[in-house]
Amino acid sequence: MFRTFVAGVILGLVACAAALYLVPAVDQHREASLIAVSPNGGTTETFHINVPIDRIMTGSTTQREPLPPGLQWPDNPLFAATTTELFKVRNSKDAVIGVASRLAADDPEIDSVVEWTLHLPARGSLFATMQVVSAGDAARRGALRAGTREFRGLRGELTERWIRNTAVADAAGSGRLELIARYASSRVEAP
Amino acid sequence: MKYVISLTLGVLAGAALFLAIIYYNPFTKGQMLSPLSISENEIIGLNYSAVPRDALVYTNSGEARVAPYPDKVQQFWEPTLRNTGAFVTVLSDSRQQPTGIGVKFFSRSEDTQLLRGQALVDSVWHVFLPGRGSLFVQQTENHWDFLREIIIPARWSSANNWRGNWHGNITHGPGVLGTALVVGGSGRFETLETEAVESLNAKAYSVDRGPVAMTGRLTIEVPRQAPSAGIEANAGTQ
Repeated sequence: MFRTFVAGVILGLVACAAALYLVPAVDQHREASLIAVSPNGGTTETFHINVPIDRIMTGSTTQREPLPPGLQWPDNPLFAATTTELFKVRNSKDAVIGVASRLAADDPEIDSVVEWTLHLPARGSLFATMQVVSAGDAARRGALRAGTREFRGLRGELTERWIRNTAVADAAGSGRLELIARYASSRVEAP
Repeated sequence: MKYVISLTLGVLAGAALFLAIIYYNPFTKGQMLSPLSISENEIIGLNYSAVPRDALVYTNSGEARVAPYPDKVQQFWEPTLRNTGAFVTVLSDSRQQPTGIGVKFFSRSEDTQLLRGQALVDSVWHVFLPGRGSLFVQQTENHWDFLREIIIPARWSSANNWRGNWHGNITHGPGVLGTALVVGGSGRFETLETEAVESLNAKAYSVDRGPVAMTGRLTIEVPRQAPSAGIEANAGTQ
């Protein structure tokens, strides 16, 4: 009987080790990546944000009503010219695939700043710095500065475009914020 | 019958023994000393309160132990965001003066291997320091020590809480020495590429509410040839 007990102890040790090794502790839900191949090389991926429903936070001293309700944005003059926004990000099939922060500042010491950080849990993160002046087609272009995991080593650009909701008469501030990422691997070297 | 009972008891004892080995394994203890503590470069120290209710905004799936704040903030109920959280906080310098805004996104990592003492979290910081510039910090965090030394003892405690003084680095990579990678975005940091370490200092933890008294610190190394950051330039110290 003692031998059976010892065999059970060994079995318990092996079973626990096997379970911890084979069963993933974390399993992120994935949506298929909807990527188009650009004619001149690289890939293009379009994300969008439905405003206002995907807006999580708007932090600004000029905001009349705090979002989310109860937000106490610091009234320190240091942050007077800074606006920080958080959003949920969707793919072109309108499924939420990540979150993003948009930081805009009008800072006399370092010029104006507009930046995006996109965090897609199953894939990785992107960081882009945008041109402050919008391009002619009401779009703002910027450069991808860094990426993690799936986006690591990618270089390219990010375009931000605001598409106002014209279907509803009283739709001030309602619309769609489109983010188009074009990237290519920076590891590819010319022959 | 007695053999079945004996085998069952053996399996249970084996499982308990295995969990004890995992929990007490001294080889899985993380490094307490920051790799940047011996740096001769300038160091930027950014402090924040790691108590969710001290943040400007803290949100997660809403099913986690730590409740989102403010109460009406959107939660990450979508399947793709269920293992993800975000918070926005004011960052302070060593004199506890506000110096910037930090946005942090974090997701439980699929590379987690409890067998090797790795409870991993993929996270990024988007930091803006008015008058100075912005930074993007990417890292993998290992919360195993925090889990082992604070959360589990809090659960074992009859009062369902933990009190003490715990300090640990949570940055696990992707840098070779267990450092985070930092890329500058704008201002004086525009061309900066460097490393950072995030650490936590916990004094109280509640099973019901999460961290009760806990601060975090983001330590960023600024190479000497890079433009001076002009904040808390404590060469070689944290």
